[in-house]
Amino acid sequence: MTTLGYLPFSLLLSLLVFYSSSAIAGSKVIGTGGATTIEGSAGGGIVPWAVVNGYASSGQWSVTGFSNQVGVDDFRLNTLGAGFSYGNQIEVSLTKQTFALDTLGGDLRQTIVGVKYHVAGELLYTEMPQISLGAQWKKHQNFDLPKAVGARDDQGVDWYVAASKVWLDAVAGRNLLLNATVRATKANQTGLLGFGSATDNSYQLMTELSAAVLLTPHWAVGAEFRQKPNQLAFADEEHWRDVFGAWFINKNVSLVGGYVDLGAIAGLPKQQGYYLALEATW
Amino acid sequence: MVNFSKPTAFFFALLTGCANPSRTTDSLYQQLGATAGLEQLVDGVLVEIERDQQIVHHFKDTDIVRFRRLLIEQLCQLSGGPCQYTGATMQESHTGFAITPADFDNLVNHFIKVMSAQQIPVTTQNALLAKLAPMYSDVINR
Repeated sequence: MTTLGYLPFSLLLSLLVFYSSSAIAGSKVIGTGGATTIEGSAGGGIVPWAVVNGYASSGQWSVTGFSNQVGVDDFRLNTLGAGFSYGNQIEVSLTKQTFALDTLGGDLRQTIVGVKYHVAGELLYTEMPQISLGAQWKKHQNFDLPKAVGARDDQGVDWYVAASKVWLDAVAGRNLLLNATVRATKANQTGLLGFGSATDNSYQLMTELSAAVLLTPHWAVGAEFRQKPNQLAFADEEHWRDVFGAWFINKNVSLVGGYVDLGAIAGLPKQQGYYLALEATW
Repeated sequence: MVNFSKPTAFFFALLTGCANPSRTTDSLYQQLGATAGLEQLVDGVLVEIERDQQIVHHFKDTDIVRFRRLLIEQLCQLSGGPCQYTGATMQESHTGFAITPADFDNLVNHFIKVMSAQQIPVTTQNALLAKLAPMYSDVINR
């Protein structure tokens, strides 16, 4: 089952790389659309950045398709989605998440609609960091388990503000990207365990950080931290972190691989494993 | 006069980037291949501009020989070479052209493509791009 999961992924990748060499792309500099997070917003792997997905610069539009896989000790997350952006200004995305409970049995599914608006600054060019506002509307598809463990709602909206900046020639001649995001959320385990709890329906403010060094225009390595709320009484939720390497093969295809530490999930401790993300852009 | 011991003086020289002051200021210029390298770079970028349907129209009334000379001068001065840029300010020279962010992105892409093709190391590319990027606000939407 696990090995079968890779087959469409690798097949898709080889097809994409094969057909993309002559495909069209927007004007933005390679890598500046970032990768796509597990929630469908452009960013790193687990943190949404201020960057807008795809390579559309002013007056241009861009379409992105993406699939992510996370495999930790007792769980697997698969995402599939599509994004659209216009003018390096606005981004919308639709993402389906399936969270397989390998040890507990069954799965949890949610759908996420994301919107992001670039309000100020230019990632590469201005003193001021690029700043974007975003929202992720999340709807759980099979709410019985989250409800049983104390979640209040089967849907919720995350609101965030993100600031990203690339410093050119910053670390031993390489370019450095730093990102800070503040998110207001009611989601338990990003919403996979529902929203709010029996006793608390208030928003929590969370800090999320990313750093990446662009080794070349095509390669980046980085790390991320995502602060998590801890609302449900039945089991502790812990902060997430990852390290990743990203390969922007060309403006049409990128691949990210990483190592994630998701802490305890649903009472099962030390959930660590791999992260993979494939993105295709036109 | 303070008298440094030899190892201290050596360490001090390392810290301050060596004894010869001209070496530190012209290093990017030298890394880019001095005037010959800059001429090659600018010629490469001009070829890319000529092929770029999105931005080539901005140059339809431009005296390309003069533009080439001024761009080489400007890059020479920016990279610490022995030149004086004699052209107008970036804001003056782009007023009326309504350069879009996409136009600017395209020019950056051309620089990266040509520098890569001419085997200029990534660190040198980044050092030059770091000097060009701040011009964005003076160039865009004028």
